[in-house]
Amino acid sequence: MTSPKQIQLSHGGGGEETNSLIHDLFYHYFSNDTLLAAEDAAVLEVKKKIAFTTDSFTVSPIFFNGGNIGKLAIAGTVNDLAMMGAKPLYLSASFMIEEGFSFDDLKTIVKAMAEELKHSGAKIVCGDTKVVPKGAVDKLFINTSGIGEIEKEGISANHLQEGDIIIVSGDVGRHGAAILMEREGLGISGDLKSDCATLWPAVQALIDANVSISAMRDATRGGLSAVLNEWAEQSAVCLEIKESNIPVDQAVQGICELFGFEAFDFANEGTFILSVPEKDAQMALAALHTVEVTKKATMIGQVSRKKEGRVILHSAYGSSRYLDLPKGELLPRIC
Amino acid sequence: MSELQLKDLYDGFRDPDVIKALAKTITDETKNLKETLNIMEVCGGHTHTIMKYGLKQLLPHNIDFIHGPGCPVCIMPKERIDHAIALAQMEDTILLTLGDMIRVPGSKSSLAVERANGCDIRALYSPLDAIKIALENPDKKVVFFAIGFETTTPMTAALLEQVEKQGITNLYFHINHVLVPPAVDAIMADGQAKINAFIGPAHVSVISGAKIYQPLPEKYGAPVVVSGFEPIDVLQSILMIVRQKNEERCEMEIQYSRSVTLEGNIKAQEMIAKFMEPRKHFRWRGIGDIPDSALELREEYAAYDAEKIFADILPTEPIDDHKLCICGTILKGLAKPNNCQVFGTACTPNNPMGSCMVSAEGACNAYYRYGEI
Ligand code: SF4
Ligand code: SF4
Repeated sequence: MTSPKQIQLSHGGGGEETNSLIHDLFYHYFSNDTLLAAEDAAVLEVKKKIAFTTDSFTVSPIFFNGGNIGKLAIAGTVNDLAMMGAKPLYLSASFMIEEGFSFDDLKTIVKAMAEELKHSGAKIVCGDTKVVPKGAVDKLFINTSGIGEIEKEGISANHLQEGDIIIVSGDVGRHGAAILMEREGLGISGDLKSDCATLWPAVQALIDANVSISAMRDATRGGLSAVLNEWAEQSAVCLEIKESNIPVDQAVQGICELFGFEAFDFANEGTFILSVPEKDAQMALAALHTVEVTKKATMIGQVSRKKEGRVILHSAYGSSRYLDLPKGELLPRIC
Repeated sequence: MSELQLKDLYDGFRDPDVIKALAKTITDETKNLKETLNIMEVCGGHTHTIMKYGLKQLLPHNIDFIHGPGCPVCIMPKERIDHAIALAQMEDTILLTLGDMIRVPGSKSSLAVERANGCDIRALYSPLDAIKIALENPDKKVVFFAIGFETTTPMTAALLEQVEKQGITNLYFHINHVLVPPAVDAIMADGQAKINAFIGPAHVSVISGAKIYQPLPEKYGAPVVVSGFEPIDVLQSILMIVRQKNEERCEMEIQYSRSVTLEGNIKAQEMIAKFMEPRKHFRWRGIGDIPDSALELREEYAAYDAEKIFADILPTEPIDDHKLCICGTILKGLAKPNNCQVFGTACTPNNPMGSCMVSAEGACNAYYRYGEI
């Protein structure tokens, strides 16, 4: 097929163009037996309890430093499974494409998805493509759903125990800061990259090391603050965090200073938080340090009963304050 | 801007050892104080620093903070927000403003609600982005709802200069720039607040010069220290105030000497004066009318003045706050957020009844977010 330059409405019409889009692009990059069987539904085999999740990705801009919407759509869904202790197996992928979208860009995105799938070994086994008139969506939306087999049970936001150690898998706030930079064209900090990454290998390392895990969650929208507050509330405990232990990239910190944001409120797409019994903390760190994306994992605090349902941040100079939930929309301060 | 410069913004001003040492020196030197120090931090940015870094916990009990009127979002009366909403609702209009203004409740609605209803309302990161938006939308009216103290005013003036230079005809200005000194005067003239020292916002003085605070010590017998916003800046300023008290001095001093001078940025001042002049009346939320406390466009620039051009759709009635909201009393330095009946219950950052709960620089918001542990 000679590739067209832009996606046209006919690519979603169900005829020849649709067919070639599916065969030459999606089947080519996502190739596996289940998908190529091209039945009305994928027939899957699972042996254990499964976890099932879905998410729609509408990020703008769709290309950003450190990834693109496709990489995000795979990492995001795979990570949701991994956070439940489930090995990601099968994914669906649906594309809603705006008429006129560049074919080359779509190809780049699909390639990035295929590339990202390798980190967990999950497969795309079914999908759907819609092309909608110009203006009906913003360039491209992707929905991915996923199924994974649970390898470790009992991980839950309700399971934090007094004495548990809180660990963060890497520095926080990079995805949110990177997107902000691109979106507002602020032109600061060239090498600020999103942390977008698949976390299954790190979770597998924890499971292999037989670490007990009370709770685990990727710090996506709402960032570290949101996860910690949800946990404190759901498990009715207090999380006492040492501010100086939380890793924050210098460029991210600079942006926060400039606009009055808090790095803890920024989204992450490849950083997760972990609550483990104190006796397993060192083991958990050792396991995380064997995996590239979590090699900076570090302990940031401990679960107590001091103030149920709240997160307390201790400064290095002896004062403390609450770390509150971020406000819905991040707006820069006025001056 | 390179990373190195970004780092310079905060590096060195949060060193734990320096903070601890300063807190200890302050504690030692306040032992001889005859009266409690009631320091008003005029600016919301300082309220934020004090709460966020838990500075009060490090200081002795005879130092108290009184939160001032220094947040442009907090002091915006409801009728001005209703103006913004009325402008945004006009056909073929894009309304631009800054940050938290989007969330502040007007009499019936807020810009955030109107945006969800379909109005084209955008929060800018830099006022100069307004040029691009106006050029990209030649068939639309673009209205800039300008807010802020002395700090942000030069940006609006710079924008006006560009609009004039480039001959842009579809960008209008609704000016809500306010001035710090008249507000401080109004609060002190009221005589109820027990303030015996001030921390002055450095951002304001970078533009206007520290000279704007010079009359305060003599007029009100209270020292003023013009302070930066990092924890070390604030602690150092407090120490300077304590020393003035101990030495029975009462002066204006500059802590933030890294960029504040007595005269300020003359060029910026001239540019502001070219386009704007003091307006006779401006109602401050909760405080009431303070004469000459805000700016408006000069008559020569009436063609850009949204208040004049769209006058027939702008409501004129002053609208007061909810009866339970004590923002006014807080802004006057007579109450603290937790004295408000609805603080943290009916009024939270996600569902604010008053503007002090909206802005990150508002006192209620700072108390709610960071609490007193
Ligand atoms: S506008 Fe200026 S004076 Fe007001 S809160 Fe912000 S920094 Fe302070
Ligand atoms: S808590 Fe809310 S209602 Fe009370 S003074 Fe503050 S903003 Fe007003």
